[in-house]
Amino acid sequence: MNRLRRPATAGFAALAACLSAQAFGGWTLPEAVTPVAEDTAHVHNLFMLIASTLFFVVLALVLYSVFTHRKSKGYKAATFTGPKGGKQVFFTLAPFAGLLFIDYVIFGIPAYHAVLAYEDTKTNADMVVKVTGSQWKWQYEYPADNVKFVSVLTTPQEQIHNQQPKGENYLLEVDNAVVLPVGKKIRFITTSTDVIHSWWVPAFGVKRDAIPGFLREFWATIEKPGIYRGQCAELCGKDHGFMPVVVKAVPEEEFRKWIDEQKAVQVAAAESAGKEWTKDELMAHGKEVYEKTCAACHKPDGSGMPPAFPALAGSKIATGPYVDSDGHLVKDGHLDRVLNGKTGTAMQAFRETLSDADIASVVTYERNSFGNKTGDAVQPAVVKKMR
Amino acid sequence: MTATTIEGHDSHHHGHPAGFTRWLVTTNHKDIGTMYLIFAFVMLLTGGAMILMVRAELFMPGLQVVKPELFNQLITLHGLIMVFGAAMPAATGLANWMLPMVIGAPDMALPRLNNWSFWILPPAAVLLVIPFILGLAGVGTGGADTGWTMYAPLSIQAGWGMDFTIFAVHMLGMSSILASINVIVTIVNMRAPGMTMWKMPLFAWGFLLTAILLIFIMPVLAGGVTMMLMDRHFGTHFFNAAGGGDPVLWQHIFWFMGHPEVYVLLLPIAGVVPHIISCFSRKDTFGYKAQVWSMIAIAGLSIIVWAHHMFTSGMSTGGQLYFMYSTMLISLPLAVLFYCWISTFWRGSISLETPMLFALGFVVFFGWGGLTGLVLADAAADAQYHNAYFLVAHFHYALYPTPVMGAMAAAVYYWLPKWTGHMYNESLGKLHFWLVAIGFNLTFIPQFMLGLAGMPRRIPDYALQFSDLNMLSSIGAFILGASHLVFLLVVVQAARGGKKAESRAWEGAQGLEWTVPSPAPYHTFDEQPQFGATTR
Ligand code: HEM
Ligand SMILES: [Cu+2]
Repeated sequence: MNRLRRPATAGFAALAACLSAQAFGGWTLPEAVTPVAEDTAHVHNLFMLIASTLFFVVLALVLYSVFTHRKSKGYKAATFTGPKGGKQVFFTLAPFAGLLFIDYVIFGIPAYHAVLAYEDTKTNADMVVKVTGSQWKWQYEYPADNVKFVSVLTTPQEQIHNQQPKGENYLLEVDNAVVLPVGKKIRFITTSTDVIHSWWVPAFGVKRDAIPGFLREFWATIEKPGIYRGQCAELCGKDHGFMPVVVKAVPEEEFRKWIDEQKAVQVAAAESAGKEWTKDELMAHGKEVYEKTCAACHKPDGSGMPPAFPALAGSKIATGPYVDSDGHLVKDGHLDRVLNGKTGTAMQAFRETLSDADIASVVTYERNSFGNKTGDAVQPAVVKKMR
Repeated sequence: MTATTIEGHDSHHHGHPAGFTRWLVTTNHKDIGTMYLIFAFVMLLTGGAMILMVRAELFMPGLQVVKPELFNQLITLHGLIMVFGAAMPAATGLANWMLPMVIGAPDMALPRLNNWSFWILPPAAVLLVIPFILGLAGVGTGGADTGWTMYAPLSIQAGWGMDFTIFAVHMLGMSSILASINVIVTIVNMRAPGMTMWKMPLFAWGFLLTAILLIFIMPVLAGGVTMMLMDRHFGTHFFNAAGGGDPVLWQHIFWFMGHPEVYVLLLPIAGVVPHIISCFSRKDTFGYKAQVWSMIAIAGLSIIVWAHHMFTSGMSTGGQLYFMYSTMLISLPLAVLFYCWISTFWRGSISLETPMLFALGFVVFFGWGGLTGLVLADAAADAQYHNAYFLVAHFHYALYPTPVMGAMAAAVYYWLPKWTGHMYNESLGKLHFWLVAIGFNLTFIPQFMLGLAGMPRRIPDYALQFSDLNMLSSIGAFILGASHLVFLLVVVQAARGGKKAESRAWEGAQGLEWTVPSPAPYHTFDEQPQFGATTR
């Protein structure tokens, strides 16, 4: 037995370190900044208290019995096998009643109210934000202001592959954060273009899956300005771990200013789609779009990861015709594939997430890179017509 | 007295085949039980090795060991292999070995079927892992990478590893249905005279209820994966909203099987543990009837609470309230079980041999798993726990103590003398227990905290604030992995020799199985034993 004592002691020391690990985050949820998160934090803390009390009291009973009612100490076994007499009936019914009380009163009643509050997405909603999950990015839309944009991870591959030191917000940083006003009841609507994703910011205490073909709702009133970070919480394919959510909560006026800027950017983009682009412009912009949107699967050099993610270098689709002689979209041609995706695969439809100019340039780029030499310059106007 | 007749009888029995064919065509419940247990242990090591690769990757932030694609395959196979390959076969192995013996039957009721239900398993396991291995060698798209829950539409777009998985699930399901039929028929028809249902050992009750549950749920999963196969290859749209289907339908089908599955893993052990506790506290089991009724209640409730896995999928308010309150209800019969287990050793005359240590360890660790389930039931708070590491920790507190500590350790140590005729090495057994106790908690306590801090599950790389806890968890996992090798050593040693075991190997052991010699003869009861009031 003595031989075993040492590893056991070392282990318990490590366990004790774990249990008291305030340094590591501990047993509470992150600071709550919405009503639902506050509710949840309250329930959680109460629960931890009750559950650990129950657990340690029962554990103490077990240990007491195991050490005192010991055969080696000559303890003679009692013979009872069921409740007899008032005392035993009491001891049998009391835990039952206690648990009933904990379940349905201490937790049951607040849970009832919390569910009703959580589900109340419609009353007094001040604004709507639509969140669309895709492999592997989030698209945000403010329908009232006609603003929409895509948000993707910005942590460089070098950091992920340990060739560079990791930054402070490693894996929790994006190119376009969602900006939201504080103190407003925001109604979120989520959906997805391909598989199920789940939008989760722990400080908000809400999480609803983004399901293709369906709309799901939740709400949040952010009570404190700040930057809040979270991640996709439903396995959605190979880059599931690289789908962060970054929310910037700002005062109302600042939010309005930001919205106006976004509107201006979007108007400019729509205008530039109308003009004729040079091939160089298309190639330069196409490269940017490619690296942000396509390279994760098809690789920066277009070699792909066959068979799941086909190569674009020398691909029949990427070098074949995309409009036919009558000016119609070629089915399963290059442009069709980018606009409409391929069902049943990770290749999604980009018609909703990319602008005409983006699609035109990226298609141009793919047709003239990685050794592909079609010489084509696809104009945004053509894309617009094919939608 | 029965013993001598049996042994004399055995030697001139119709000569059974030896060598490999003995095992291939055997209809003997002990041979089949042994094969099930070995299979389960091999699968435990396989699934364990896979998750150790995952834990190695998660040891530090950044990608070091595996690519994200491979990571997803590893967690998927770990889940599927542990549930269908290790936990369920371990329980079935125990049922085969011990069920006839504890109810006084010469063998299982349907021996040929029994052979079949085992031999479906190894090919199914091969089907499950072969795409993964081919993938490592650069052939094909690798194993399924959808998580063991195989959520649509991710599973619809997955590579052909998914098709292999679907086929494997069909076979695994078939195997467990056949085994269940056998268990039910055996219990209903072959009890020793005098053993009424209400005098039957808890062991048999646990397996009876499990078998009934399996017959309820496995066909539903089989139907579900068939629909998935149709969606993948035959143009249907069961789970595709664009074609009029519903991705959430898959989740309902899956969890209708998946939730009761947890109790499929628990109930056999809930039947085994009272025997062990009562043996080593030299006291009759407390509240026999209360335990049986609780197990019946748990089995019944388990099939009406499945959607508590789907609170974040979106559900009507009424639906959320219903699934929340019905889930909480399960804590009541579970509490009764705990109460009975603790009352059984309360004021007993306790000694802490290895099986007892594992049984008590099961009670304590599973207790924490059960308690954390309580707060997960809260439909509103669930948003913070669901698909975070908190959940992973919670279900491992339920799933590790049950099949691994309960079936593969406590029960195996308890009956090992009966199986091999030898006592195992007690100090090594205790070492095994303490490695498990330390490794297990060190693995999963940090995971509770990771979840609360906001780390999602199934991610191959994580933000820097999660680093320290992940490192602790990985160290724990490696200790836990090593513990299984100690276990292997103890069992192999005992099988090869050691101190002779008496027929009643443990002083406090009760039950028909202890009335026959150790090792138990190849054909246990050629003469039907009588079940008296004293033998329980
Ligand atoms: C040997 C000890 C074990 C260790 C160290 C371990 C570790 C893990 C870890 C770290 C994950 C989470 C992966 C992730 O979501 O990122 C996981 C998932 C899982 N484990 Fe275990 N596990 C062990 C034993 C078991 C056992 C015995 C069972 C069941 C009987 C089991 C069933 C599962 C299931 C169902 C999942 C979910 C898989 C998925 O995400 O699809 N594990 N395990
Ligand atoms: Cu996602």
